[in-house]
Amino acid sequence: MSQIADKKRIGAEAVESKGWLRAHKWLILRRLSQFGILGLFLLGPLAGLWIVKGNLNYSHTLGLLPLTDPYVALQALFAGHVPEKLGLIGLAIALAFYLLVGGRVYCSWVCPVNVVTDAAGWLRDRLGIKGASSISRNTRYWILGMTLLGSALSGVVLWELVNPVSMLHRGLIFGMGAAWTVVIAVFLLDLFVMNRGWCGRLCPVGAFYSLVGRWSPLRISAPLRSACNDCMDCFEVCPEPQVIRPALKGEGKGVGPVILAPSCTNCGRCIDVCSKEVFTYGLRFNNPASTDTLVKVQPETK
Amino acid sequence: MNPKNSTPPKSGAARRQFLFDSARMVCGVGLLGLGLGFYAKQAKALPALALRPPGALPEDDFLGACIRCGLCVRDCPYNTLELAKPETPVATGTPYFTARNIPCEMCEDIPCVKACPTKALDHALTDINQAKMGVAVLIDHETCLNFLGLRCDVCYRVCPVIDKAITLEMLPNERTGRHAMFLPTVHSEHCTGCGKCEKSCVLEEAAIRVLPPKLAKGELGHHYRVGWDEQKKAGRSLIDESKMLDLPDRLPEGAQLPGHYDPASGHTAPARGLPGSEAGAIPSLPPGLGSKP
Repeated sequence: MSQIADKKRIGAEAVESKGWLRAHKWLILRRLSQFGILGLFLLGPLAGLWIVKGNLNYSHTLGLLPLTDPYVALQALFAGHVPEKLGLIGLAIALAFYLLVGGRVYCSWVCPVNVVTDAAGWLRDRLGIKGASSISRNTRYWILGMTLLGSALSGVVLWELVNPVSMLHRGLIFGMGAAWTVVIAVFLLDLFVMNRGWCGRLCPVGAFYSLVGRWSPLRISAPLRSACNDCMDCFEVCPEPQVIRPALKGEGKGVGPVILAPSCTNCGRCIDVCSKEVFTYGLRFNNPASTDTLVKVQPETK
Repeated sequence: MNPKNSTPPKSGAARRQFLFDSARMVCGVGLLGLGLGFYAKQAKALPALALRPPGALPEDDFLGACIRCGLCVRDCPYNTLELAKPETPVATGTPYFTARNIPCEMCEDIPCVKACPTKALDHALTDINQAKMGVAVLIDHETCLNFLGLRCDVCYRVCPVIDKAITLEMLPNERTGRHAMFLPTVHSEHCTGCGKCEKSCVLEEAAIRVLPPKLAKGELGHHYRVGWDEQKKAGRSLIDESKMLDLPDRLPEGAQLPGHYDPASGHTAPARGLPGSEAGAIPSLPPGLGSKP
């Protein structure tokens, strides 16, 4: 217990310097977004207020706005089936949106499983669970390829047979059944077996959205990276910590401050936990090789 | 696919490592894919009593086209449809209904089909009477009340395509010797598979059930021609009747065929024809054998 108490909590410095609310700003907004979207879906079945019909695979809002999940549509396409007109319009809208804001915004701002894996990650940190097994973060791209090839070979929208994301979301809206077992499995995987195992290594939905957001303009940037005091909180809190280093530590190598790695989920937690306000949302074009001129703050000596 | 590994490293050892890593990945993910593939194959075996919404593509295509959004479920005014849960023996997230619980009410505007954002429910289906969700089969002749000689008739009465999809065919009740049995008879060309007959069957377990057409229907050999149809089409018999021989019938000792004309003895057995049967009260003689030898 003392070990846990001694350990400095991630973002403690930021809470001290910015206050709790500002040190959790993007986290709160993200949860509002996730639960807000879920709430809109639930208003229909629970309160009879049909604003949004359907689920994350395809939804129809106010009888006006169709939205189609591009990954599911792509699997159907590989299986040899083109959507109807509304499905195609929804596909175009969803694709355009994620191309602009970054594909993995889906993961951090929409996906309900993110809440589950974030909870597992948080508990893992609190309980001080270290080590355990790990597999390459590229595994998800291989699984993505497999699901597309498999859809083509089997003629079935393959990943939808087991996809925990749609199982959880559909379960909450249309009736859970045994889908909770899959959700628990993902939670336990992330808690005990693999750090950031599901979203960070396995989930082909996230892999797909990474590719969609490959060239998205909206990115996290570290324009004040020269103020970094190496507290490591951003690395600790980030679900994809490998994306930070090139941007944050790129000054000497002539690498700009924008986090270009497509697996960055634009969740903004690094912005929250940084007491030096190094990070901010920005545009990928605003990426000068050197940012030293922006501010001149000597890093604190360790 | 894999941006980080797409440029093979330079050194031999690193290249070996790269190849091993890739092989390991392909094997692991391949195994997962194999498992999923078998699961997909299982998923295609739709249980006989799970029916797809009207206009649904054949099961093989349906699982590739349906994106599991549940819009058809939402737009069904009778809560007939539901999405399969992981533990249901129907592909997870796909819509189905069980006729015995809530049958399809055959809405004229078919809202479920209209709501579908894919071609999983065929938007070309605009007349619900053309739907083929399944075919009703009077599956148990031993418990059906009408087969017992009673006049239940419920399945016939509730059928939305009454007198076309289900008719009552009369047969003599041999048990009583004086009554008729009114047998509910399904005509598959008119049956939409809505399931109202199955829902309303008064037995503990329905004697009439809607099955997928594939299970319910036989199929004639493609070379097969039904003689009387061909005769009707051609307007004459397709064989040369003058060359037809009718051999003496060999019957067991003492047996009689009602209304049968035996050319050997030139004798016609007393008729017991049924009113309304094709042959009439007294069976007509076979064509070409109208005159006694």
